[in-house]
Amino acid sequence: MSSSTYYVPEQSRWPILASIALFLLAYGAGTLLNAMNADRGGGLGLVLLLAGALMMGLILVGWFGNVIHESRDGLYSPQMDRSFRWGMSWFIFSEVMFFAAFFGALFYVRTLALPWLGGEGDKGVSQMLWPEFTAQWPLFNPPDAEQFPGPREVISPWHIPLLNTCLLVTSSFTLTLAHKALLKNERMQVRRWLFLTIVLGLVFLGFQAYEYVEAYHELGLTLQSGIYGATFFILTGFHGLHVTLGTLMLIIILGRIVVGHFSPRQHFGFEAVAWYWHFVDVVWIGLFLFVYVL
Amino acid sequence: MSTLETTLESHEHAHHGPAKGIGRWLFTTNHKDIGSMYLWFSLLMFFIGGCMALLIRAELFQPGLQLVEPGFFNQMTTMHGLIMVFGAVMPAFVGLANWMVPMMIGAPDMALPRMNNWSFWILPFAFAMLVSTLFMDGGAPNFGWTFYAPLSTTYAPPSVTYFIFAVHMMGISSIMGAINIIATILNMRTPGMTMMKLPLFCWTWLITAFLLIAVMPVLAGVVTMMLMDIHFGTSFFNAAGGGDPVLFQHVFWFFGHPEVYIMILPAFGIISHIIPTFARKPLFGYASMVYATASIAILSFLVWAHHMFTVGLPLVGELFFMFATMLIAVPTGVKVFNWVATMFRGSMTFETPMLFALAFVVLFTIGGFSGLMLAIAPVDFQYHDTYFVVAHFHYVLVPGAVFAIMAGVYYWLPKWTGHMLNETMGKLHFWISFIGVNITFFPMHFIGLAGMPRRIPDYALQFADFNMVASIGAFIFGLSQLIFLWNVIACVRGGRRAEARAWEGAEGLEWEVASPAPYHTFATPPKLPETPR
Repeated sequence: MSSSTYYVPEQSRWPILASIALFLLAYGAGTLLNAMNADRGGGLGLVLLLAGALMMGLILVGWFGNVIHESRDGLYSPQMDRSFRWGMSWFIFSEVMFFAAFFGALFYVRTLALPWLGGEGDKGVSQMLWPEFTAQWPLFNPPDAEQFPGPREVISPWHIPLLNTCLLVTSSFTLTLAHKALLKNERMQVRRWLFLTIVLGLVFLGFQAYEYVEAYHELGLTLQSGIYGATFFILTGFHGLHVTLGTLMLIIILGRIVVGHFSPRQHFGFEAVAWYWHFVDVVWIGLFLFVYVL
Repeated sequence: MSTLETTLESHEHAHHGPAKGIGRWLFTTNHKDIGSMYLWFSLLMFFIGGCMALLIRAELFQPGLQLVEPGFFNQMTTMHGLIMVFGAVMPAFVGLANWMVPMMIGAPDMALPRMNNWSFWILPFAFAMLVSTLFMDGGAPNFGWTFYAPLSTTYAPPSVTYFIFAVHMMGISSIMGAINIIATILNMRTPGMTMMKLPLFCWTWLITAFLLIAVMPVLAGVVTMMLMDIHFGTSFFNAAGGGDPVLFQHVFWFFGHPEVYIMILPAFGIISHIIPTFARKPLFGYASMVYATASIAILSFLVWAHHMFTVGLPLVGELFFMFATMLIAVPTGVKVFNWVATMFRGSMTFETPMLFALAFVVLFTIGGFSGLMLAIAPVDFQYHDTYFVVAHFHYVLVPGAVFAIMAGVYYWLPKWTGHMLNETMGKLHFWISFIGVNITFFPMHFIGLAGMPRRIPDYALQFADFNMVASIGAFIFGLSQLIFLWNVIACVRGGRRAEARAWEGAEGLEWEVASPAPYHTFATPPKLPETPR
């Protein structure tokens, strides 16, 4: 065991600064949302939110910068490497559970709540509220159509979503090819495959944005259009945010490759981002199946 | 011992002591500093949440409305619950883990020390935001700590938005703390410490950390859906749009039930250290303790709807969740049996930590039994949302989790401060707390069975006597915690010098290092002492 050299960092200013930034983000977001809800201008909230976001961005650059420097100075032992691996794995597990909550909500609504609302089962109370409601999925006719006008149409899985599936699955392969190239120390190849992965991610995001615009303007599929819109947007929306974050991370990794970071033997930063990207990919497969197709 | 000291000398890089001034606490990466901050923060929250509880009990001293408005009463029950769960109990256990886990497994520090600092420093900000809602227009959250929709969405005060973001921050803190503990335990054990030689406090925390990582994101998910319903017009918890308020309860309790084990499993670990020490016998049934803990954790994912028996579940659901819940009594029974069997024919002494541990075993078991009663679905129809439920969860949380935390603090204080506790004061604290806690919560069983609902500021006259008794008990218990504060401060400031092995029967690496433990404990992995198990 070479654990005698386990690196315990000196004091650091990043965590307390990050706590302040997180507080500004949260307090700003809360103030902004409450102001919007009360139809007041959200000036202060917006300022705090942006200040928090900017501060958090700078902190992340500085903090990760520290870690990268320490790593390149050779301060990290294989044991440290394992700590990072455990850390990243369990972080991804927590993300899995975050999405699981929304998938669980979707399954519950589709298999239990809506049929009950339509009169199935022996509880039937909702029948007294909306006697003419019939359950269906996608839900075009929410019980109270005044408050929640249903979508006129929903997105067909066989156009953009299928294309997006291909894009994202392909990007997982290209990323793996980049990793293989890195292991063989073919750095031009790494750059190429990584660049291709980023492009695929960006195109995916572009299509997703286009799909949202179409949903809002053509199909009447919005956040307010009942439970179908709610589950659709929360699942695809959080997935989209994760793809955005993943793409950003890939861009940083590409930058680090370009300036000569990572060796065939030591490149956990690369691997962590790759794990994250594959995770985002797997979530998409679930989305494609359960949100779009079924 | 001597080998340890020489290894410490040889590693001059990590040898210097703490930094000076406030910077030591703001920028620290030291697990002991961070552990202390967690523990002090938890104590502060314990007193704030406790004052809220006393306000509640003062209002309930007599029927009728005397002290507070009903709306403010609701804010008090909500904030009391949130502060005690997320601010007092959970951070206390994280603080104990920070202090003890690296020392128990022979690690130099936590696996990810900077993230450790971040996990802590998020909390004061999160709770500042939560407590600040008390001063906002419309008042603080008033929908109970379980924040059921639509009370927490359609009918919530505007401050709910800040509540949601505060919960997000607490969740981020918990998840990072849990990741750190898992990485430390899985990766930083000294050579030779196999998983089945791991001290039980580490085992229970390992499993707790797994539960935290599994369910805190679900809590984040449910508050996010609330946020969307409130501000973006979605209908997750609104049947008018095809959603379902009951969906809220399912997602919340999928988090909430593992959460209650998050608050008790580390307590099991602490008790499993204290009883062998003061019985001067190795723990009975180490392996079965590990398997019982894991079984409880797995079962905790399959029982959530026993909080919802009266919401209108299908019969098959009622039955499944009833039997699954009762199954938990089996591994819990294994644990209680093992603690009792450890004491059987031991050479027992009754120092303060042991007194708290014994009270834990007895009183937690009472809470466990009332839990079994609540698990019986048809019977729960009567008990649901009554003071019987309040009595049940306060028995498992106050003489359960809180007593275990206090037992742990008294047990490890000599290691932290280098001073032995004043036993007379410790025993005084114990006996007044023990009597106070029972006077407070035992009568709640009776008024609950008689039908008094929870979360109301006023009640029917026939409940008056027991409520008065409970309120008197609450003030006895609450005020006796000042003795606890006094004891801790006295122990920090001075007292009889503690040996490295402060308690005669104590086993484990943490008792091999000096008391107080040096600022950096194990620069290189220590040799495992030969301990009989």
